[in-house]
Amino acid sequence: MLPPIRVLVAKPGLDGHDRGAKIIARALRDAGMEVIYTGLRQTPEMIVNAALQEDVQVIGLSILSGAHNAIVPRVMDLLREKDMTNVKVIIGGIIPDEDAAELKRQGVAAVFQPGASLEEIVDFVRSSVPA
Amino acid sequence: MKLSTAARPFTTISGVPIEPLYGPEQLADFDPACDLAEPGRFPYTRGIHETMYRGKLWTMRQFSGFATPEETNRRYHYLLAQGQTGLSVAFDLPTLMGYDADHALSEGEVGKCGVAISSLEDMETLFRGIPLGDVTVSMTINSPAAVLWAMYLAVAEKQRADWARLSGTIQNDILKEYIAQKEYIFPPRPSMRLVTDTIEFSALHTPRFNPISISGYHIREAGSTAVQELAFTLRDGIEYVEWALERGLAIDEFAPRLSFFFNAHNDFFEEIAKYRAARKIWAEVMRDRFGAQDERSMKLRFHAQTAGCSLTWQQPYNNIVRTTVQALAAVLGGCQSLHTNSLDEAYALPSEHAVTIALRTQQVIAHESGVTAAADPAGGSYFLERLTLDTERAARDYLRRIDEMGSMIAAIEQNFPQREIANASYEYQKAVERGDKIIVGVNAFQSDHEDAIEILQIDQLAQTHQARKLAALRATRDNGRVRASLDALRRAAEGTENTMPFILDAVRAYATLGEICDALREVFGSYQETSLV
Repeated sequence: MLPPIRVLVAKPGLDGHDRGAKIIARALRDAGMEVIYTGLRQTPEMIVNAALQEDVQVIGLSILSGAHNAIVPRVMDLLREKDMTNVKVIIGGIIPDEDAAELKRQGVAAVFQPGASLEEIVDFVRSSVPA
Repeated sequence: MKLSTAARPFTTISGVPIEPLYGPEQLADFDPACDLAEPGRFPYTRGIHETMYRGKLWTMRQFSGFATPEETNRRYHYLLAQGQTGLSVAFDLPTLMGYDADHALSEGEVGKCGVAISSLEDMETLFRGIPLGDVTVSMTINSPAAVLWAMYLAVAEKQRADWARLSGTIQNDILKEYIAQKEYIFPPRPSMRLVTDTIEFSALHTPRFNPISISGYHIREAGSTAVQELAFTLRDGIEYVEWALERGLAIDEFAPRLSFFFNAHNDFFEEIAKYRAARKIWAEVMRDRFGAQDERSMKLRFHAQTAGCSLTWQQPYNNIVRTTVQALAAVLGGCQSLHTNSLDEAYALPSEHAVTIALRTQQVIAHESGVTAAADPAGGSYFLERLTLDTERAARDYLRRIDEMGSMIAAIEQNFPQREIANASYEYQKAVERGDKIIVGVNAFQSDHEDAIEILQIDQLAQTHQARKLAALRATRDNGRVRASLDALRRAAEGTENTMPFILDAVRAYATLGEICDALREVFGSYQETSLV
């Protein structure tokens, strides 16, 4: 049997609204993945370090505050600096279409906007990690 | 998706099973004399006023704030000109967390979720041309509430408005931050001391101001059921009362100024039942548990806001309809003030156009629907009275369980309310995934084509603008006076004196929010939760 997919669910920025992050963490765990939830108020540096230490294949960022354009590019830069570009980054939250397109250009694998289903997110994570 | 209603379980949105029909046989245990009484009479199930909205409509209070104090001040003048009857300040995340706009952690967040306020100077700008003696102002601020309130009181001083005439509310409900919204700075006990300081200071100096708004709104937004929202909020209220009594205040000295804030969610009758049960339980707790004698101490006054978490990104115009149904529940439930969300709030803070429709929604309910003519017009419905009784019982059960843990702080330290909410929110999401719960436009009745709506953009320049003003302030103020006031505050925080006079002195010296919170962080420490999934 293949080892389970390892996912880091992180909540960057000052926002404390963690309902979405916690639901996603549980759904991925219920789908058989190993999920590490960082808790609140993580800086990009803390997130990338945690991803490195935990040896995850996927980072899920939950951002609802509108700070994504300041936070996500920094995460992507750090992943490049640390030669971790094989780690897939997915984002969930309130991300306007034009920002989502720009973030994907910067290497984000997927952006899930409000109303996305858990099934869709679980399937994406499964398919994005090479077996 | 197939929509087979027959296969779906009939429950409220919180999962409470519903019978096909309600009649007298469902109300065998119902005693109108003690369960209801008349409006304006103990236990106030039917409302806190005899004539309810005939005497006075609710206050239409739209929560707003974005970008700089200058821009938000312009929005306030606009809202007042449109017939809004009270102001409600939304602060940005750095302000909520006690960081100045030029702090490293504020990067990208300044002005995004509310207005950026770092000093008394910003607060003066926010209320320029708005006489604080004449308008009621609510401020959604919690962990650093004492500091923002001190800034407000200092602006009132400068406007020569008598503190005794000031009317408004600070949210100042720290317990629900640990439980649900998570915008905390200090650990629970020093935070509770700050809250008690403001309640005591208010009882002495601002007799018409509500020093706290005990809030279930955020608990519900975090995914709780209606009963959890009600029970955890009332238990938080009990905790604040106990701390104030411990401080030496008499119950009727401060209890009349305790106010509440509930969510108005989708499930129409469940919500009305929740507000009615809230009044009844609180009246009995105040009279029987705390020996209150003043009727005003027993009357639960509440603000309601329609449910932000119910708004959908898909087909955003449907949000106007959701908000209307929710607002109507709050009005039938007897709210004292109301915020209606705007159609675009799943995307961003509302545009002026959207917020105007939201305000008009309240005006239509107030002036066209006819529901304001009689007090508690839904009272006596078999269904509603059954729901009210059941909601009350389920909430009392939670109150008992938390009492058994010793206190709400003890329950929070055991992660009890946090876990209950996380479980409820996950169960709800799974019900949506299964199609047991329908969300129009999201998991049913989807459209291929979505109309684009106007979205309010917050300029990145807000951060630069605020940082520049802070630099100028730090260069021109009397820095010796700032240092002395912060030293005095630190000493007061280490002791047991009320910190409010010291915070006021620091604010008057133009010490910034971040500087004042740092002084308190040095004494109180910072809080980190153990995050559980």
